[in-house]
Amino acid sequence: MRLLLSLLTLLPALVLASGGEQLMHADNNLSDSDSLKRGAKIFVDNCLSCHSASFMRFSRMGQDLGISDKELLSDYMHGNDKVGSPMNTAVDKAAVATFFGVVPPDLSVVARSRGVDWLYTYLLSFYVDNSTNTGMNNLVFKDVGMPHVLWEQQGLQKAVFKTEKDADGNEHPVFEKFEPVNAKGLSQTELDKKAENYQTTVRDLVNFLAYLGEPIKTYRQALGVKILIFLAIFFVFAYLLKKEYWKDI
Amino acid sequence: MSLLTATRDWIDDRFPLTKMWEDHLSKYYAPKNFNFWYYFGSLALLVFVLQIVTGIFLTMNYKPDASLAFASVEYIMRDVDWGWLIRYMHSTGASLFFVVVYLHMFRGLMYGSYRKPRELVWLMGMFIYLALMAEAFMGYLLPWGQMSYWGAQVIISLFGAIPYIGESLALWVRGDFVIADATLNRFFAFHVIMVPFILAALVVMHIIALHEVGSNNPDGIEIKKNKDKNGIPLDGIPFHPYYSVKDIVGVAVFLMVFSAILFFAPEMGGWFLEKDNFIPADPLKTPQHIVPLWYFTPFYAILRAVPDKFLGVVAMGGAIAVLFVLPWLDRSPVKSIRYKSVIFKVALAIFVVSFVVLGWLGTQPATPVFTNLARLFSVLYFAFFLLMPFYSVMGKTKPVPERVTYHAH
Repeated sequence: MRLLLSLLTLLPALVLASGGEQLMHADNNLSDSDSLKRGAKIFVDNCLSCHSASFMRFSRMGQDLGISDKELLSDYMHGNDKVGSPMNTAVDKAAVATFFGVVPPDLSVVARSRGVDWLYTYLLSFYVDNSTNTGMNNLVFKDVGMPHVLWEQQGLQKAVFKTEKDADGNEHPVFEKFEPVNAKGLSQTELDKKAENYQTTVRDLVNFLAYLGEPIKTYRQALGVKILIFLAIFFVFAYLLKKEYWKDI
Repeated sequence: MSLLTATRDWIDDRFPLTKMWEDHLSKYYAPKNFNFWYYFGSLALLVFVLQIVTGIFLTMNYKPDASLAFASVEYIMRDVDWGWLIRYMHSTGASLFFVVVYLHMFRGLMYGSYRKPRELVWLMGMFIYLALMAEAFMGYLLPWGQMSYWGAQVIISLFGAIPYIGESLALWVRGDFVIADATLNRFFAFHVIMVPFILAALVVMHIIALHEVGSNNPDGIEIKKNKDKNGIPLDGIPFHPYYSVKDIVGVAVFLMVFSAILFFAPEMGGWFLEKDNFIPADPLKTPQHIVPLWYFTPFYAILRAVPDKFLGVVAMGGAIAVLFVLPWLDRSPVKSIRYKSVIFKVALAIFVVSFVVLGWLGTQPATPVFTNLARLFSVLYFAFFLLMPFYSVMGKTKPVPERVTYHAH
């Protein structure tokens, strides 16, 4: 019994210990259509060259985000596809794989497997690392094959690690902070502005990925409210009917 | 005579329509003191019908092919009109089926509904539970995500632990050396035809057996002992209209819970739709953490608690098998928990805690501390059943009333 009690008191600590890396909050908003449109543009301009989103059609995106077929063809579809075609890559994925070592995964439902916070943190956590093929590494995805596609928007940064001892006395490098690289000539205000702009860019992109993962989500929630209201009214009448029948029992 | 009654009489001369209606609904007398716990039988039937109907619509667009399955589910989610609703109804319904069935079984456990003369009702219910587990397990392979694939891989490899025939048996079940297209195809066939067919037959038998002996009630006493001059139980009321209208209230509440999940949290934080299942199945990439769906986790925890793989499989099977013999383990002079001894109440409470904790442990990595906890609660789980013949006759039971306890509202 004492063993049981001591084990039970340990439980919360054990659960917390299995936490993993700290993620930033994406704070994206699926009902912000401007953000979604900006995210869609970033997505088709940067991601879609290597990654596909083959479960999604351009036309569906156009309808949901309020982009006309003409705009889709001129600004979003880099090729002469039909608007009803799925979002496939412009290049051969196998060719990309020989270059980066992995086949770039399809991104249709990536927001549902990774979660928006992970994607947001991932896109903000590239840092310079000369030991890798791409010259970049990532804090939440070690030795990732993907290059830092948006590096121009963010600027390069290096990761500063400090050494910490764990309970057993072993030393581990622990991430402390990012520092900008080659930022000479830029004032702190300019750097902050740039960082803020990049965060907005990533937030828009992640917002779009969240939409891409489940295009029906906002409609689903809106419909859910109506259905719950209907069921609440139905419940009242069902309850009154039951009461009427049961009054003599 | 109106045309309607004429038609009815014409049918009645050839098929017992009115007789069936009366036997099972309008003249089936159920105890009037049913409480909250008695909603879950009709709700289980409702979810069963929902799963069948949504399942039929899903098969119209789902492709049971390893290279197409994952994409066809997303096709249903995006390109099929209302496909997302049908799919979420089916995935939410699967989990809620287990919620409802577990509560239904717990009701039986509390009020001794498995006791004589309802042993067969319990047994048929247990076979339904078994078929339901098979149905859910095979259905979960169909989306062909990483968790579908590796969950099935782990569970089927358990057959391999059986001495001598194990590996051949696992191979025979899979139809390949790993989970593959052949497995997907046969699981699809079992999931959409064979098991639903068996389930439907078992549900009918379960209800016929129940209506033969009559429903138990929270007091665990037989209402057929007290009848009026017409042979109608004094504490009984016709199922229709009294319980049909009451069950509609339960349906309304259930559908609110169902809709709240379906429309606002269909993944239920990864419990109903796991995150890893949004990654297509990849036979070359094992996920770090393979977890069965929540309704299997108590048994999974028992499996992992045993150091030997084969004995683990035996323990897991035993944990389910022991439920079958429950009617012959309980020797208490009373049926309902209301009148049972304190020792029985404590045992039941320990069992509930064990089942829930095992369920939670089954979702966690098997660290040494967790494994020891799983061992402890596995022992308690089995102790509840195996010691029941002894503790059920110990302690003082309360006197059982002659008539059911009922306060008019």
